Amino acid sequence: MPRGTRALIGCAMLPSSSLPAAEVAVAPVVPALTFAGPGSAAAMNFSEVFKLSSLLCKFSPDGKYLASCVQYRLVIRDVNTLQILQLYTCLDQIQHIEWSADSLFILCAMYKRGLVQVWSLEQPEWHCRIDEGSAGLVASCWSPDGRHILNTTEFHLRITVWSLCTKSVSYIKYPKACQQGITFTRDGRYMALAERRDCKDHVSVFVCSDWQLLRHFDTETQDLAGIEWAPNGCVLAVWDTCLEYKVLLYSLDGRLLSAYCAYEWSLGVKSVAWSPSSQFLAVGSYDGKVRILNHVTWKMITEFGHPATVNNPKIVVYKEAEKNPRLALGRLAFPPPRAAAGPASTTESKYEIASAPVSLQTLKPIADRANPKIGIGALAFSPDNYFLATRNDSVPNAVWIWDVQKLRLFVVLEQLSPVRSFQWDPQQPRLAICTGGGKVYLWSPAGCVSVQVPGEGDFQVLSLCWHFSGDSLALLSKDHFCLCFLETEERVGTAFGRPGDHT
Amino acid sequence: MGEWMTVTDPDLSSENKNICQYTSETKMSPSSLYSQQVLCSSIPLSKNVHSFFSAFCTEENIEQSISYLDQELTTFGFPSLYEESKGKDTKRELNIVAVLNCMNELLVLQRKNLLAQENVETQNLKLGSDMDHLQNCYAKLKEQLETSRREMIGLQERDRQLQCKNRNLHQLLKNEKDEVQKLQNIIASRATQYNHDMKRKEREYNKLKERLHQLVMNKKDKKIAMEVLNYVGRADGKRGSWRTGKTEARNEDEMYKILLNDYEYRQKQILMENAELKKVLQQMKKEMISLLSPQKQKPRERADDSTGTVISDAEEDAGELSRESMWDLSCETVREQLTNSIRKQWRILKSHVEKLDNQVSKVHLEGFNDEDVISRQDHEQETEKLELEIQQCKEMIKTQQQLLQQQLATACDDDTTSLLRDCYLLEEKERLKEEWSLFKEQKKNFEKERRSFTEAAIRLGLEKTISIHYPLWVGFLLRKAFEEERASWLKQQFLNMTTFDHQNSENMKLFSAFSGSSDRDSLTVHSRPRQKKPHGVSNGSPVRTSKLTKSLPASPSTSDFCQTRSCASEHSSINVLNITPEETKPNPVGREGTNQKWSRASRPASQEGCYSGRSSTCTNSHVEKDDLP
Repeated sequence: MPRGTRALIGCAMLPSSSLPAAEVAVAPVVPALTFAGPGSAAAMNFSEVFKLSSLLCKFSPDGKYLASCVQYRLVIRDVNTLQILQLYTCLDQIQHIEWSADSLFILCAMYKRGLVQVWSLEQPEWHCRIDEGSAGLVASCWSPDGRHILNTTEFHLRITVWSLCTKSVSYIKYPKACQQGITFTRDGRYMALAERRDCKDHVSVFVCSDWQLLRHFDTETQDLAGIEWAPNGCVLAVWDTCLEYKVLLYSLDGRLLSAYCAYEWSLGVKSVAWSPSSQFLAVGSYDGKVRILNHVTWKMITEFGHPATVNNPKIVVYKEAEKNPRLALGRLAFPPPRAAAGPASTTESKYEIASAPVSLQTLKPIADRANPKIGIGALAFSPDNYFLATRNDSVPNAVWIWDVQKLRLFVVLEQLSPVRSFQWDPQQPRLAICTGGGKVYLWSPAGCVSVQVPGEGDFQVLSLCWHFSGDSLALLSKDHFCLCFLETEERVGTAFGRPGDHT
Repeated sequence: MGEWMTVTDPDLSSENKNICQYTSETKMSPSSLYSQQVLCSSIPLSKNVHSFFSAFCTEENIEQSISYLDQELTTFGFPSLYEESKGKDTKRELNIVAVLNCMNELLVLQRKNLLAQENVETQNLKLGSDMDHLQNCYAKLKEQLETSRREMIGLQERDRQLQCKNRNLHQLLKNEKDEVQKLQNIIASRATQYNHDMKRKEREYNKLKERLHQLVMNKKDKKIAMEVLNYVGRADGKRGSWRTGKTEARNEDEMYKILLNDYEYRQKQILMENAELKKVLQQMKKEMISLLSPQKQKPRERADDSTGTVISDAEEDAGELSRESMWDLSCETVREQLTNSIRKQWRILKSHVEKLDNQVSKVHLEGFNDEDVISRQDHEQETEKLELEIQQCKEMIKTQQQLLQQQLATACDDDTTSLLRDCYLLEEKERLKEEWSLFKEQKKNFEKERRSFTEAAIRLGLEKTISIHYPLWVGFLLRKAFEEERASWLKQQFLNMTTFDHQNSENMKLFSAFSGSSDRDSLTVHSRPRQKKPHGVSNGSPVRTSKLTKSLPASPSTSDFCQTRSCASEHSSINVLNITPEETKPNPVGREGTNQKWSRASRPASQEGCYSGRSSTCTNSHVEKDDLP
């Protein structure tokens, strides 16, 4: 049943001599980090395209399974063979799925009906249905232990904590309706919850094992917008609404460690990200800057501006450029025999290294409308702490990649269309970017590549998520998804049962 | 008079003449016509005038015309044309002399007038052109004035407009400010109102939520439920525990444990970092000590300033270093020691580096020639020397060229001189030949005479006894001796004469050959003894003398001589044989000895000097001073 499609574009990431030079833009300065596996050219191969709805496709935390939803059906596949292992049918169209931390259960939320259905992978006959009834349901998530489900009712009346082990049900009142109101520590021990009581913001810290309130404190925020634990679980970052720049840092025991305010009287924090080492807190704001706070003094150590022109010749600017398809096809005989046929209609693109003063395409924000397209809308640290990728919403086509060690801009990627999302490879400094077009883009310190997703018709990559091993990547479009394998040749053989049979 | 004026006035230019003549002709009465004609008569060349003239006086009206002329002339102050009449009734006679005088005067006047007229004409022309120019200028200026006036008006207008605008803008600004103030007030009030409303709404919302909560939750909604096939075990395999105070305490404990762990982790990291840094510091210290220690000897030898004490400290620290474990144990004191020692070392290093820097700068400033390092002054000296040499070479080349040219010229001269000399020789030869021929003739004569005499004597001896003819013989002999003597004298004289000539000509040749460089030669001749003189004492440096002798042909001028001298002194200074300018003067022997002494003494000092950073001249002078008393 599952058929592996050998990619039309098998594209080596390393600047090997066998490759057409136009395909891979190689950074002139190659740091010690290597892009792909040692010495071997990693090929990109794409799976067959599968149906999908509502962009619901998730790898299990243990990396063995892949869950995807088609209307009201939940399909569980083996990641390697892509064979369907289980097929669950829910009561209504699924709006949200989430794997439990131990990959044993998966919950499917149907917000419209206020229903949550939980399925077990080990016991397909086991089932669980949680009905929130007239209270309604707006959000549902697993507790880190994988035995409790937290359901937020409509109007944020309360959070119901359902246990799969006991009959006990806990309620948490006054949850705040905000951008990010619930956060769990990485070890799964504590949960912090933003609350709103008596027109004041509070944060409650719960012990996840028995849902006991550990700490409860009010925060000095006007209108709290989000909370997030540091990866070490000892510091909680709290930021205020965009109307005011305020970042507060609380210790696990509720002490205010520090408060940071970069400026006043202007739109403030837009996005926040902890570095995996908990050493840095990157705060992206509406002024188009990222400020990095350190974990010792909680003061700003540097400020990354995102100007529309890159003047420094040291900074490599990769510019995506359209390529003549026929010419490209002629040159793209790699891998030669199998990747022969493909849609010639799709225009391919490549990266070009732009010379020093590069002006990026900027978007003029519409002043009289809410949520202006300015400021740092997305930022993410690479898993090894070396890089920080950011996107300035007023320069929607570009992704800035910063060198965190040297605290300076490293690379700028400019795409042909606005960047929808990007995600770091969980294992190595490798960034996958999608722009809602038929291509997926990968950047590593060694270079940058643009890959056309093969398949009939347009496959518009709206979202992507990495497998935790970094070997594969799920590409999601509106109605379909496919997997992109970034493995060495030997692995490809095992990954595909019958590698060449599709063509 | 008036008519005169009328006539003369238009008579400015020759072109006008005819016109005015015509006009006057048409206008004038017969009497005035005369005057016209009189005037016209002054214009001699015009044929018209002649015709007029002829028309003025006819056979018939001679009398009238004469009287008229007389009248006219008398009115102009001329003497009367008529002779003074004796009687009234007698007819007056025309005085030819007076007429001629009058005519002459008139002619002179006419000429003067013409001259004046010309002058006036030219002046008029000039003035006219000036006038034109001025008029042009005036017109231009007027235009300019007009334009500037217009411009000014325009500018004024613009200024006014701008002022108007400015006023408007000020007004607008004020309005805007007011507006801003108003808006700010509005915003503030709105904000407070909004906050107030928000709070109210939130309260309402909270009330509603509460109500809803009660309604939804208290209804015992059957729907709110969880259907589960069977409860699953906990992930950790344990059973859930009851919530008690104990669990609470345990949670607290755990939390603090986590926090503690985190802090401990961080502390450990910091410790590690500290240890690393300490290690680096220690290594740095060690390296600094090892780096500084070889150079310590010298400063200590020099018994310099405070560094000595610091060094001893450093060595103490070095001794402490051996107890390396110490800095792992106690924190505070060791840290202090370490930082202090590092600081000290650093200070030493810094001072050392600074000293080195100073030295370098000093060396650069004073240009002390280190033997290992080529200082800048050395370079400069060298380049100077080289430049000098180049100059000299150039001069040499020039002089050589000159010489060559002169030689060429003198070669021509030579020809002429040789020609001349040849001339002389020819003359002499001729003279010689003449004399020779004369001499030969004389000789022949003598020969003849002798022969005749001998023949006669033979004949006489044959005929008579020899004794009888003795006196004749003797006389002949005497005469012959005399003749011979005379010939030899003549010969001598001739020879003398020719040799003298030869000498002369040779001298001339010499002179001509060196005529171009005669001054140079003389200079060299002059300079030679001058130079030699001071070095009559054999003590003088051989280098210099040799240099001088060598430079003799190359350095023609005295300035060059000085240069060579300076060169020599440089050379000697390089050889550390310090030759001051004094030395070139003849020195007393004792002084010379001291000089040598101090120059020898300065040698090690100069070697040391690179370290002390003093120039050798400095030390030399210093030593000299020491030696002098």
